[in-house]
Amino acid sequence: MNLMFSKGPSLPNRLVLGLLLSIFLILFDHKLNGFATTRVYLNSFVSPLQYLANLPGELLSVSASRLVSHEQLFKENAQLTREALITSGQLQKFRFLEAENDRLRSLLNSPVKNNVRREVAELMAVDNNPYSLQIIINKGALNDIYESQPVLDDKGIVGQIMQVGSTNSRVLLITDVTHALPVRVARNNVRLIVSGTGSLNELIIQHVPHSTDLNEGDLLLSSGLGNVFPEGYPVAEITSIVSDEGRPFLQVKAKPIAQLDRLKYLLLLWSDINNNEPTEEANL
Amino acid sequence: MSLRTYTIPLSILIALVLQITPMPSVVDLYRPDWVLLVLSYWALALPNRVSVGVAFITGLILDILLGTSMGIHSFAMCLSIYVLAANYQRLRNYSVWQQSMIIGIMSALYNLVVFWFQHLITDIYFLFEYLWPVASSMVIWPWLFWLLRKIRRQLRLK
Repeated sequence: MNLMFSKGPSLPNRLVLGLLLSIFLILFDHKLNGFATTRVYLNSFVSPLQYLANLPGELLSVSASRLVSHEQLFKENAQLTREALITSGQLQKFRFLEAENDRLRSLLNSPVKNNVRREVAELMAVDNNPYSLQIIINKGALNDIYESQPVLDDKGIVGQIMQVGSTNSRVLLITDVTHALPVRVARNNVRLIVSGTGSLNELIIQHVPHSTDLNEGDLLLSSGLGNVFPEGYPVAEITSIVSDEGRPFLQVKAKPIAQLDRLKYLLLLWSDINNNEPTEEANL
Repeated sequence: MSLRTYTIPLSILIALVLQITPMPSVVDLYRPDWVLLVLSYWALALPNRVSVGVAFITGLILDILLGTSMGIHSFAMCLSIYVLAANYQRLRNYSVWQQSMIIGIMSALYNLVVFWFQHLITDIYFLFEYLWPVASSMVIWPWLFWLLRKIRRQLRLK
């Protein structure tokens, strides 16, 4: 066996080279955001591995769906029909309200809101990096996905697009430590900023003065102020308020409305405000 | 011939896939550091073929796959594999259980370095749950060692 490192630099030199290069890359990526454009290609380069890793789960769910009983399908069908009926009933009322709203807005000379483009994506993988909460969805640059695009589920806001690959992209969840989004209370329009905690079903609201009118159970809607999330989508519900006069601010905790632990189908919105430049909101 | 030349890259690819396969969150905590384990074996068995350079490249791929800042996993991987590759002659003579202890220490070093960088970049806090992979890596090592040695001897890799 060839025991000696006959070619190239010695082992300690290689180590020093590797470590210096790593530190350089960390600084280049994190401080200068130098991989913003290259990441797309890098992500598409490794996406076969992701598809491969996803295969066992996919096979399992395919075989599970083949083993569904007749009775179960009937039950599901009945339930879906009922839901569709209820939703279409609500939709009729909603159309009327929307038309009325547009008329009122035009009376007030404020801009009429347009329908935005939306598309359904499917969850591909949940990231197993323990330090950050991210998921991967099956739409990418080929479907016009852009960075910092809002992602929703059927209940509320889930997160925003963090990195785009050509056929898949990475979503940063609202409960991630590095994520924060502007909201307002549905009841009285108080504006707040909701930050993630790193735990999947807890959000915190920082820097709330003691005099603020908040109740447990208040619904928080996105306020649209960060120009990332559109206005008026449900984000979270306040679960606990601790008022300790010894501390400068209230300690407010909230629970996300979207079911972040059981995501399957996701809704992507194309905002009409800015399709050109991603904002600097959730920059890691 | 072709199988022999591709064995090492193939084993690293399988380790990468195992590292990112989605798991239920209960099991996910205990996921061993597959990539580190496979690279450790090759660094001990064939240090002339797998050492710091391969560790660096694999770490970068891991960074892209896990969505972390580029360079974090490559740094940790280089450091751990260097320690093993520099002491391979001594470590080879250890029994599998002693090696398993060393692998545990390397895995702890790897996980702590990754945590430390993440802590510098974002403000996450340390939870002891983050160290479960150390225990599971130590448990997996003897079996992985046996499997890879069998493959190496069968194909007479040098």
